This record gives sequence, C-alpha cells and structure tokens, in this order.
Amino acid sequence: MSARLSRGGRLIDRRAPVTFRFDGKPMTGFAGDTLAASLLANDQMLVGRSFKYHRPRGIVASGAEEPNALVGLGQGPRFEPNQRVTTTETFEGLTAISQNHWPSLDYDIGAVNGYLSRFLPAGFYYKMFLWPRPFWKHVYEPFIRQSAGLGKVPQEADADRYEQAYAFADLVVAGGGIAGLTAALTAARAGKRVILLEQTAHWGGRAPVDGDEIDGMAADLWVKNAVQALEGMANVTMRLRTMVSGLYDHGYALAYERVADHTPGDGRPRHRLWRIRAGKVIAATGAIERPLSFAGNDIPGVMLAAAVRDFVVNWAVSPGDRSVVVTNNDDAYRTALALADAGLVVAAVIDARPSVTGDLPAQVRARGIRVLEGRGIAKVKGAKRVTGVAICAQQGEGAVLEEIACDVVAMSGGWSPVVHLWSHCGGKLIWDADASMFRPDAARPPTGDAGQPMAATAGAASGALQTAAVLADAHAAAGGEGLAPQATGPAEAPMLPVWIMPQGAGIALKSKMWLDYQNDVKVSDVQLAAREGYESVEHTKRYTTLGMATDQGKLSNINGLAVLSHALHQEIPATGTTTFRPPYTPISLGSIGGEARGEIFQPLRQTPMHDWHSAQGAYWEPVGQWRRPYCYKRSGETAHEAVNREVINTRSNIGLLDASTLGKILVKGADAGRFLDMLYTGVMSTLPVGKCRYGLMCNDNGFLIDDGVVVRMSEDSWLCHTTTGGADRIHAHMEDWLQCEWWDWKVHTANLTEQYAQVAIVGPKARMLLEKLGGMDVSREALPFMTYAEGTLGGFRARVFRISFSGELSYEVAVPASEGLAFWEACVAAGAEFGAMPYGTEALHVLRAEKGFIMIGDETDGTVIPQDLGLGWAISKKKADYLGKRAQERSHMADPNRWKLVGLETLDGSVLPDGALAVAEGVNANGQQRTQGRVTSTYHSPVLKKGIAMGLVLNGPGRMGEVLDFPVDDGKVVQARIVDQVFYDKDGEKQNV
Amino acid sequence: MTRYSVFAVAREALRWHSGWERAWKSPAPKKKYDVVIVGAGGHGLATAYYLGKNHGIRNVAVIEKGWLGGGNTGRNTTIIRSNYLQDPSAAIYEKARSLYENLSQDLNYNVMFSPRGLLMLAQTHHEVRGYRRTVYANNLQGVTTEWIEPAKVKELVPIMNIEGPRYPVLGALYQARGGTARHDAVAWGYARACSAMGMDIIQQCEVTGVRTLNGQVQGIDTTRGAIDCAKLAIVVAGHSSVLAEMSGFRLPIESMALQALVSEPIKPCMDVVVMANTVHGYMSQSDKGEMVIGGGTDGFNNYTQRGSWQHVEETTRALIETFPMLSRLKMLRQWGGIVDMTGDRSPILSKTSVGGIFVNCGWGTGGFKAIPGSGWAMAELVAKGEPGPLAAEFGLDRFKEGRFIDESVAAGVAH
Amino acid sequence: MLTLTCPHCGIRAEETELSPGGEAHLKRYGPGDSDEQFEAYMFARKNPKGVHFERWRHAYGCGKWFLAARCTATLEVFGTYPAQVSAPPEPIIEAIRARRPGWEAGQ
Repeated sequence: MSARLSRGGRLIDRRAPVTFRFDGKPMTGFAGDTLAASLLANDQMLVGRSFKYHRPRGIVASGAEEPNALVGLGQGPRFEPNQRVTTTETFEGLTAISQNHWPSLDYDIGAVNGYLSRFLPAGFYYKMFLWPRPFWKHVYEPFIRQSAGLGKVPQEADADRYEQAYAFADLVVAGGGIAGLTAALTAARAGKRVILLEQTAHWGGRAPVDGDEIDGMAADLWVKNAVQALEGMANVTMRLRTMVSGLYDHGYALAYERVADHTPGDGRPRHRLWRIRAGKVIAATGAIERPLSFAGNDIPGVMLAAAVRDFVVNWAVSPGDRSVVVTNNDDAYRTALALADAGLVVAAVIDARPSVTGDLPAQVRARGIRVLEGRGIAKVKGAKRVTGVAICAQQGEGAVLEEIACDVVAMSGGWSPVVHLWSHCGGKLIWDADASMFRPDAARPPTGDAGQPMAATAGAASGALQTAAVLADAHAAAGGEGLAPQATGPAEAPMLPVWIMPQGAGIALKSKMWLDYQNDVKVSDVQLAAREGYESVEHTKRYTTLGMATDQGKLSNINGLAVLSHALHQEIPATGTTTFRPPYTPISLGSIGGEARGEIFQPLRQTPMHDWHSAQGAYWEPVGQWRRPYCYKRSGETAHEAVNREVINTRSNIGLLDASTLGKILVKGADAGRFLDMLYTGVMSTLPVGKCRYGLMCNDNGFLIDDGVVVRMSEDSWLCHTTTGGADRIHAHMEDWLQCEWWDWKVHTANLTEQYAQVAIVGPKARMLLEKLGGMDVSREALPFMTYAEGTLGGFRARVFRISFSGELSYEVAVPASEGLAFWEACVAAGAEFGAMPYGTEALHVLRAEKGFIMIGDETDGTVIPQDLGLGWAISKKKADYLGKRAQERSHMADPNRWKLVGLETLDGSVLPDGALAVAEGVNANGQQRTQGRVTSTYHSPVLKKGIAMGLVLNGPGRMGEVLDFPVDDGKVVQARIVDQVFYDKDGEKQNV
Repeated sequence: MTRYSVFAVAREALRWHSGWERAWKSPAPKKKYDVVIVGAGGHGLATAYYLGKNHGIRNVAVIEKGWLGGGNTGRNTTIIRSNYLQDPSAAIYEKARSLYENLSQDLNYNVMFSPRGLLMLAQTHHEVRGYRRTVYANNLQGVTTEWIEPAKVKELVPIMNIEGPRYPVLGALYQARGGTARHDAVAWGYARACSAMGMDIIQQCEVTGVRTLNGQVQGIDTTRGAIDCAKLAIVVAGHSSVLAEMSGFRLPIESMALQALVSEPIKPCMDVVVMANTVHGYMSQSDKGEMVIGGGTDGFNNYTQRGSWQHVEETTRALIETFPMLSRLKMLRQWGGIVDMTGDRSPILSKTSVGGIFVNCGWGTGGFKAIPGSGWAMAELVAKGEPGPLAAEFGLDRFKEGRFIDESVAAGVAH
Repeated sequence: MLTLTCPHCGIRAEETELSPGGEAHLKRYGPGDSDEQFEAYMFARKNPKGVHFERWRHAYGCGKWFLAARCTATLEVFGTYPAQVSAPPEPIIEAIRARRPGWEAGQ
C-alpha cells in the first residue's frame, strides 16, 4: 500500500495537517502536499477511469504531465472539472471527486468497454454505426458522448473573479529550476529586466530531488541562495504558481498565475493572466520522463520513475512497499537509491540494456539490489493495483523468465525536453539519436518582429540532462556573462532506445501497451493506423486520438511517433512531430475573460441625459455600444402603446428626442469643399454658409454606407452629421481617404460626436418652446427650413439646426455636452405647458417611415446603391467623380431592372411582417421560389391607423398600384399594393412652417 | 475495397485487425491525367469524387503539398448549416447539407453527421430583423428554418443565460437539421472512395509551377516531377493566390488567420450548435465532450497557421457572458487556420482567364459545411467546362459586373 | 500578436491598437477607366506568401495611417513608413533585400 513515511519530505510541514475529502471520504494531508501526494499518503492509488475503456487508473506522474489523475474539484459555484491532482495544492477543506465512472470509481459499468476493447480499436466508429441512418444521431452518438466526456459540468455561475495584468521585460524566464535560476541570475547581473516564472509553488525544480551538488553545496542550498540573490535585485520580478502558457508572435508571452486556487474564497482573484511583451523568452521548462510500453503499463501502481522519487523525497510518500524499477537509462537508478534511502524495498532494477555499468548502477548494486540486465517486463499483474511483474528478455517475444511480486513499478524510458514554448511560434526541432529525443535546433529559433531569435531554451529543455551541462547551457542561453555555476555528479552511461518491451512482443501484448493513457491509445492502435494508410503523424494522431487528451500527449507523443516510425519502416525524424499548440497546460476560460464580465463586458456609451432617461422609465435599445431609449413606458403601458403615444404627441404637440448619439464630424480647411464633393454623392462645396443639405455617402464599391445632414458652418468649415452607428466608422473613412489618397489636400477632420449633446425639438408647437426659452430669433423668416444659426437659448450656448427627420416643424439644438442634461431639463420644463414629451428610437422610426425617409441599416444593407432608393436628386450628375461613381457604372449596378424603393400598403390594413419577401412566378434553376421584392421597414402608423411599409421591389416605381403576394408565417399570404412611399404630408407642408 | 460494417469490424477483431486494407493507396504520379486537382482537402477530394461518380471521369489525380485533409478541413469548428440569406448561397449550402445527410452511407465511412440543430442568436433588434428576413427567404428557398422565441432557446440550451446584462437573447434563427460532422472523417471518407475508383491521391507533392501554352493549361510541375493534364482544378484554400500567381492571374482574395479553440472535455451539456454573431462567438460540443469554439479572423494577411490572442480573448469573453459556466472550464488548445477572404466574402467557383484552369476558393470561414455541395458543383464545372446552376452565380465575372453575393447583410457572418 | 512601430508618433504599437487596412500602394481608378482596371483596383490582390506592403491605422493611438512591409509567412516586419507615398521608399526596399536576398519589387 502507499503511505506517508515517518520522516523526510522536503516540501511538507508536518506541523500543519490539513483535512480534505475525496469522493466523500475524509482524509488528512500536510501543508505543502499536492493533492496527488495527499491521496497516495492515504493509500488512494485508484483515482479515475480512462476515457474509452474506463480502465482503472492511478497517479503516473508528479507534475503537469499527469494523464490519469484528474478530479472534479470544489463544490457548487466553485466546482471545476478535470483538475490535475499533481498540480493541485492540498488545502484545508478541499473536496475532490473522481471522474468518468458509473456508479462508482471502484465498480464502473463502463469498464465493460475494456472487455470489448478488441472490438473497439482505433477509429472503430468510422467503420461502424452506418445503419440505420437516423441511429447515429439518436442512438449511437448519445451513447458515445455520454461515455466519453470526462468531467462533470459546472452547474452554477462562477463565484470567483479573474484579472489580467500587463508586463514588459527584456527577458522572461519560464521555469524556476536550476536552469531558470541560472539564466535569470546571468541576465539580471548583466542588467537586464528579468521576469522569472515558475509553475509550481516551489523554486528549484528537480535538482534538489536528484541530489547533485552545485558550486560545492547541496542543490537545495544553492537554490535557496540563488532565490535570495534574485529577490535582492531591483531588475528582477519573480512569481511562483505562474506558468508561461504560450509564446505568440513578436515576443508576446502569456503567463497564467494561479493566485488563489489553494486559498479559495479569500477575496483575491482566482487566476491572473499576465500578458507580457518580452524581448526574449528563455524556456527553462525542463524535460518529461517517458513511460515504457509494456503490457499492463497502465495499471495503478505503474508510475514514472522520477515521479516515484519525487513523492518519496518531496512529500515523504511511499507509493508502495515493494518496488520494481524498469529502465533503459541510468537516471532511474536514482529512484532505486531514493527508495532504499527511505528504507523501502526495491525488489529489482530491470534494465533493458544488455550490460549495465556506470556509477549509479554501481551504487545500486552496492546496496544489494538486484540488477537484471537485458531484461524487460512481459506483463504487469494486477487489476486495480499492481501485484507483480513477469520478467522476460528484452530481445525476445515475452516468454516469462520469472515473476516478481511488487506493488509499484517505477518506469523510465528516457527523457523528452519540454519544447512547447520554443515550438509555439515556429521554432524547429532536431532529432538527437544519442538521447532519443527531439530537442530545439538552435539554428532555427522562432523569430520576432525584426527576424531576430525571440526564444531560447535552457537546461533540460535544450536536451542537456546532466546537472553540469544544464547549468552551462542555461548560463550560455542568458548571454554567458560572468561565471557559470559548476556541478558535480555521477557520470551516466548512454541510454538505449526502447519503444516496445519486449522488442518482439506479439499483438496480444501490444494490445495491452498503453501509449496515451487518458485516451486509451495503445501500441496496436498506432500500428493499425499505419497499416490502414494513416501515415502522416497528424493522420495517426487524429485517427487514434493519440496525444489529443487533456495532457496533450506530454507522455505519449514521442513513444507514439517511434511506434509509428517503426511501423512505416522509417527513421523517427522522417515521421516528424505534431504541432505544439498553446497553452502548455489548460488555462481557465475565466482568466481569458478577465475582468470583462457582466455590466463591464463591453464599454457602455451613455449620453449626458442617460440618467434622466433611466429615471423616466426608458426601455433601452443597444445601438452599437450606445444605449438609446426605445420608448418611455408609463405605468400600465406596453411598449407598443408608449410608442403610439409618443408618435401622436409629436405630431400634435412636441416631442423631445435625445439625438446626442448622432455623429458630428467637423471638416475644415481650404480643400474641405472639394473633399466633401468626393465623399458625398451630391455637391457640398456650393452650399451657402448657414445652410443645411442632406447628403449620401458611398464607399468606392458603390454601396450606400451613410447619410445625414451637412451644415456649412463658415467659409471653410462644414459639419457632417452621420448615423449613430456611423460616427466612428465614417470619421475613419474620411481620414483614410485624406491620409492615403488625397494627402496633399488641405483638410482637417474632427469627430465632435461626444463634445455636443443634441436635442431634437419636434412638432407643431416646437417654436413656442424655443421662444419660451428665449434668446434667439427662431422664426420662419429668421431661421427657415434647412438653415442654421448660433446663439443662446435659455442661457445655453446653442447651435440650432432647422432640420427634420419626422416631417414636422423641427429644430435640432446642440449644446456643449457638459450642459446637455441641464438643457434637456430646461426643454422639458419649458415644454410642459405645450404638452412636450420625450420620444424614443421606435417613435423616431415610425415618424420617419410615415414620411418615407430611408434609414441606413433598414433600407440599406450593404447591397443597396442610392439609385435603388429613389434618391437620384441627391446624386450629382455634373460631378466628374465621387466615391462610388465609377462602381455604380458597372453593368449590374447600371441595370435598369433592379429592386427599387416603394411604399407598400396591405390590402387589409395589417402590418406587413418585417423582412417578408414578395414572390414571383415559378422557380429558378436551383428550384428556389422566385422573388420580386422585400419589406425593408414596416410599422403601424398610429396617425394613419394602419400598417405602412417600405420595400425594395423589382422595377417598383414603375409598378404603382400593383398588388404583390407576401407569404408569411403559417402558410398565410399577405397582399400589399405598391404605393408612393410618402404616407403622411406628401407635400412637406408641416416641416416648412 | 472492403466494405466497412459492424460485421467487418467483428471479423477483424478475431484476427486482431490484421486484415484491414489501406484506406487509400499511395501511388507515384503518372505522366498525364485527364484532370489534376490541386489540393486534397475536403473540397478537392469531393470534387474528385463527384467527377467520378456523376461524370464518369476517373483518370484523376489529387495533388497535396502536405497530408490530405491537413488544411482547413482539419482545422475548422465542423459546423454545418444552410440558413443563408441570398439565393445562390442557400442553394449550394443546402445542397451540401442534404448530401451530408447521407454521406456516411454514400461513402461507406462514418463521417458522423449529427443534425443536432443550430441556433443563431439574435441579441439586437437589428439581428432580430435580419434573422426574421432570413427565415422568410429560407422558406422560399427550400431551406427549413424557423424563428424561435427566447423561452424556446432556453429550452434547447439550458446552460445558456438568455438574460445577460448587455445583450439579452431576443430569439434565434433555428435550423433543426443543421449540426456538425467529424471533419477529418469527411476528408478520409472521400479519399478512400476516390482511391477505390482508381484515382491517384498524391501526398507530399508540392506544385512548383503551372505550365500553359497559348492561354491553355498544359500541366503542372511538382516536387515529384511534371504532370500533364487537360484540365486543372485549383482547390487550395489558404494558398489560392499563390497558385493563381503561378498560373498568371490574380484573385480577389486575401489570406487571413481564423482563430479557434477547444476546452477540456466534459460530459454532454449542449446538444445544439450555438452561434452568437453580435458578440462574435460560436460553440458546439464535440462527441469527445470538448466545447469547440470559433472566433474571429485576424484582419491582416497571414500565411502562418498559428493561434493569435485577441480574438480568442474576445470570443471567450462573449461566450462566458452567454454561458456563465464556461469560466470554470479550461482552454485545452488553440490554433489558427488560413482562410481565403474574397471581395464579397462569398466563394468563387469559376473558370479563369487560362483555358482549362478552374478555381474553387474563397470559402472564407465557412468552407467545411459546403464540402459536398462545393465538390458536386465544381465537378460539374470541370467536367462540362461551364458552371451548372449551383455554381453559376459564383463566377469571377461578378467582381467586374458589380454583382455581389453579400451574406453579411442579415448580420449572418459566414462561419 | 504583432507589434508595429508607428512612423508618426514613434510608438511601438500593439496589434490591439492598430487597424489593418489591406494592400498598400493601390492606384485608384475611377470614372473614365475600364471595367477591368476598376475591378483590379477594387479586388485583385497580390496576397503574396512573403513580402507584403500593407496599410495600417494607429487607430487607438495617434489615429494616423501608415504603411508596413511585412512577411506574411514569418510575420517579420521589414519597416514601416508614412502612407503619403505611392511606392515603398528605398530604405525599406534595402531592408527587405538585406533579409530576403533575391527578392524583387513587384513580386
């Protein structure tokens, strides 16, 4: 059984016990434990079930590479699925549940898949479930989905918060082991701004466990000194529990800080995502030990050799009482020594190499531990727990030579450098045949904005596995100034590549050799993929799902590549690797979202009168990032009733509209007139000072993009009104043409949208309101329709535009934004005796539709040209050029047979559904019903007491009086007559009084 | 070709699966083919398949620079829908969708088409109008869609928050027979079927030049030698401009990176596909349990298939607003795919200025869903030399005539 | 996540501050020009896999448009320069040639 040792444990604090629950069972650990260490200390070897066959699975690794031991962590609004126990710190009150089983971890019905495994090889689902056809969606797929899927779904809204932070550095060092510390020290001493980040809660990495000496002292002490030195330097920032998750273009690094995962609910953000611009990134990310592929290598109790060592040395946990070490290299002998040092039994070291020499094996033999040369494991015995191993000759086919009882198998197939950060942005790898590893090719690094190398690796991540080499490599990677730390340690003999154990294993054994533990991909699966022609490494990965689990193949990739290469009779480098994608280990989506949640999910733009609207019951409509009142509901009113009231009141008394969101762009300069003549379809240069003119704007592809009233403010300045949504876009459009095409024209633009609040005072009594405010002559004579004047109104500095989007007598008054609310309130007060009421965007729409005015975004949709809308009067025939003119001469746009704007009136007075299409005879070549028009705007007119609509109809203006069929919902057809689009006050008398 | 079935799997199980044949052969290129298709992605392979199946043209090679299905076919978010606004779009996407319905049986390869339903959320009044318009259009186009109210949205997707503080859900455009399929399997299934018809699929073979004489195609040069052909189909999303340059013409295309990501797998919690265009995100749950999330396109020309960051962030933020439980899931992997963006964001299936060269490109962010229909229409174009009705409106001439097919108008982005 | 130095304000701008604007140095065609010329101006794009001249706006910075020479295959930036030119300036061409020997303008 696994248990806590009575002494040792360099990371735990035995004076600080913590209690936690696993699957409801109370357990005890120590502060400093990972959850993996705590579980093992409580003899909880079985921690989960695999993805496909629901095999019982235990802890394999001690860090981020763990493929099996994923749990659901926390409860309620703090529940999180798929959390690795090896990277989870144990804290008081922690609760964890095991995953992917039913009804329980010990007795899982899904394990029947394991017995059927022979019928469920890689890609079986591509060959099955073909009949009957509906069964895939309704029977097979739900079954597959339910049995896959791993963790449970969080059910409640997240109780935690997340934040993001920004940082800049000359050098970011990812990894706080001895390589990272050396790199950081070297660069910091050379004066660089350094950020040093370590994903675990401790500095030092593996070196203190492995026991080498650095600069004449124990690694532990050296690490302590190095950390102290770095902490004393002003140009160094250090963070624990912070993983560099990805390296992106131009030196952009993301780091994921798990601020409060181990102290949930303490008020701090749970995670902090660092967004760092780095001059250079050094990946001192270490290496990951590879499993060996022998039959039964997934049974709980089979662990990586270095992980066994970590548990013993770091946390004083013995994974079992009697261990067997199986290896193809010297490093695993350190595990045998660590176990022996802890007083545990090592039954044997099984070494695949035909002859074993070297310092470490000698030390092991000196302890009296059996070392078997040229041997391998034929098969691991046991089901939910290892009970022993059968030994065979590595060169043979698996004939059992002897059996050894044990409850732990510590395996080591060699090491793979962690090259993820190097590779994320294009760094290339080379195959190192001696160490059987892909390591970074220093000649082909990822490059930055100037083509310079933007990343390097240091230490084991470079492929340097001996301590002395690690330090030298890290020192050089960081610039190599000063002296590199020195190390001494035992010399290690070469490893022997072992991809299958035993070498001649038959299919029955290979069907029990796991490559990808979590996704249940075995040696036999990869060989099947190769046999079936899925020869590319990407094909094999996707066909078998090798390396696609939540560990992203950290343990399985190289072993899988080797098996595939062997099956294809080619060298491993010819097979190549799959692509490394960020993040290195999964990061919370919450941290990616950061603070942008709820009300501040996106910026919210408010006019100066926003709070007043709110207080008056505004029902809001989002318009871009603005909020505009859709209508003002009075108690007992529906929105529709409110809109009707607002329309009728505006037509009979006064309506007040907050028009502040309308774009207001000042265009000024000697060439401003010439510029506006290019921008608008009409002529603006001839507009007299003090006059207003309606204008249409197209892009150079001919389509109508915006409209609004242009005002000649002075000899050299024009004010261009745009739509609410268009303000920023049109300002950018103007600047684009000014800066990139007509850069020698003397024009300045300024977007004044937010500098002015604007109030539309609309209705037959509008003038009375202004006269009551007083200060300006707003009479018909002094300020006729489509003119402009400046002055004071009720003491406010005001720009008054006599323009109308409703067909009523109307003034739009702009005042400085800071005075917007006061002016609005003054208007409301002054208007009270005349029946003034505010109105919202929907009433605005009804009023303009009654008048047949177009609305950008309703009558236009990016496919409409001004000629379609009967706006020929606003298009100059005389101008040689304007944006869109040439485009509108193209054959399709000049085609007389286009859909054009008309009014539509239902025969029964009902409101035509928005977007409904008018059908034509027959079907087109694709069998689709032909159409001849569509509804673009449609409302109930409370004034006319009937439905009114506008639409685009094929040759519409020439077909007045014709009746069209509009099929609508539930098979009904609404008939509507083509009419003039001006439904109210056709001669425009009301606006001109 | 051994037919796949449950019986075949059982039979093979008894002999440890030692008898399975190659899914597709790996031949050396011949000197000459009737038709050479450049690009062994879904569209290229489907073109080959329907050339054989519908037009009896089987002396066909499909040339692939890397591994088949390795471009956007293997990088997309697998959404299938046909709820497009404009008639030509609805026609070709609905053709594709209807072919997907039977594709597993047709190819004898389970592509896992899962018509689980697809929702496009309306979160502004403008979107409500746009989607209602689309429903009317779809009903006349023979595409079955409906407008559904927020309560029905919530019923279909219980994990959704329909009352978000900024963009509450006002309803949705629902296509019940939209869904997803297994993207790799589509390429593999077509490849297997093409190979069985005697067509050559030639991987690891890069085109280095296009040979023309008097305005007529003669053949191509490749890293595996010269290949003559009577007709050449260029079906290389992401690299269309590069092949066009070799052929001597330019296309109205820019290559950009589209961003996507997946979460770690969780138990089934969302049975439909959800697209939220106001906030720029779309999501489905794969059969493995991963939440598959698509985001926006970087706006600059880019041939690196790398994940970037800002769209991932925007999309994730948006989706957390709509699906609050997401914030406690983790991002497992992110990546980029290179998409062809055309001048009107609609695809091109067209003859070119060079005789015998045809292009199929410009599917932008929406190519996967179109694969069977695109292959069907492209095969007809290549076989007959003139477009059939499905391809007729997608010719290059539209850019000269100003006759665009613009789908952005209904706020429906082309994912 | 690109960084580009704005030639107007000198800021090394983050991609999030910038708005991309497509191919640079397009000659505008208008009334009087042929359909083919107009189509090419509006739509035909070099879209090279390699050196690309392109437009950017420092939208959330100084607001100015500028041009960049950038490799679309590696994202390496050869240089940025003001938008008020009709062809890339000589120092930019030299910077490209220094790092992409054999590159020809017009490719």
